[in-house]
Amino acid sequence: MERIPILKMGEYLLVSIQVDMHDRLALALQDDLTERIVQHTAHGVLIDISALEIVDSFIGRMIGNIAAMAHILDAQTVVVGMRPAVAITLVELGLSLPGVHTALTVERGMARLQELLETESPNGRAAS
Amino acid sequence: MTVKMRLPEILQHHQAVLVTDWLRRQQDILGHRAGSERDERATAEQFLKALGEASRTGNVTDPDQAEWSGVREVLSDISRDRARQGYSSVETATFVFSLKQALFDRLRQEVKDPDALAAEFWATTLLLDRLGLYTTEVHQKTREEVIGRQQQELLELSTPVVQLWDGVLALPLIGTLDSARTQVVMESLLQRIVETGAGIAIIDITGVPTVDTLVAQHLLKTVSAARLMGADCIISGIRPQIAQTIVHLGVALGDVTTKATLAGALAVALARLGLAVGRAPGKA
Repeated sequence: MERIPILKMGEYLLVSIQVDMHDRLALALQDDLTERIVQHTAHGVLIDISALEIVDSFIGRMIGNIAAMAHILDAQTVVVGMRPAVAITLVELGLSLPGVHTALTVERGMARLQELLETESPNGRAAS
Repeated sequence: MTVKMRLPEILQHHQAVLVTDWLRRQQDILGHRAGSERDERATAEQFLKALGEASRTGNVTDPDQAEWSGVREVLSDISRDRARQGYSSVETATFVFSLKQALFDRLRQEVKDPDALAAEFWATTLLLDRLGLYTTEVHQKTREEVIGRQQQELLELSTPVVQLWDGVLALPLIGTLDSARTQVVMESLLQRIVETGAGIAIIDITGVPTVDTLVAQHLLKTVSAARLMGADCIISGIRPQIAQTIVHLGVALGDVTTKATLAGALAVALARLGLAVGRAPGKA
């Protein structure tokens, strides 16, 4: 079965969705990602959806769920590269992904992640 | 109808008298609205000529038939012109209905037999009523076209997205925000965010006359969509009355930054970008 690759980059995990998401693929991604976060004790997840052209309510909810799960596992999630049509669809579906951080490009997403982790560092992560 | 109708004959022989009489009646009803005498006369003669030709084909009861296409065309032109000139539908229909009186007077003089006269009256009434209704229909359609075109123009005119600074977009909204406009506004804003890579968008609602729960919802939708693209939104140009309305209606603007003026919003945007505006050295 095809899977979406998850790349480890330092303390971040990088997910680039390059194919059209279907429900089973999304569920597999959810499984893999939570496992990898625990495995690598990752503190940041960057999901690039710039190639994603079609979303439905399920995929929209999945993105929100993945972010919420990552948060429980002490990792911040940034979603980058959302297309205008996708953003409009999600808003019209009532899914404005309140807990998810967003950025326009991968570069800015990385900067945002770093910023988020820095503000959190007094909690002891910097010491480790 | 077994009796041969006199209407076509009357139209042919007494056109000049009919036109004069008809014009006088139009003048009586419309008063100051009537256009120049010569134009009115030309229009009236044109219509009577078409009516005469059509009625001579033998069909004087059903103006939906092909023989009447000439009359319909003339009438369409007239009502379309009048609609554009701002005549009301009543005034446009008067054009046809006022012909009734002129024709009836003529008929009364020409037809002496009461039964035949009644038949003539009835047929003429039916015919002119249908033509009158036809003018109202065309008039209404023309007005709808005008309104539709204006709506489209307004929609295109009123949604500019301007770049205030490198990375800062502004969206000055003018006019009421309904669902259709929100869609256009949202699309153009998101498109510009992609094009310019802007991280901050200022939505200025100085030109929005009222903010009710629906408008607020539309605003929040736009803000959410921009946020999903990684751009923060600031809502500016909130007038005192609007602030009061928002609070009285219990509209939750969430954690959206709001500012009273566009200048204030720009200052916030610059501060977020780590920029500061200062006086140039050596200038007073």
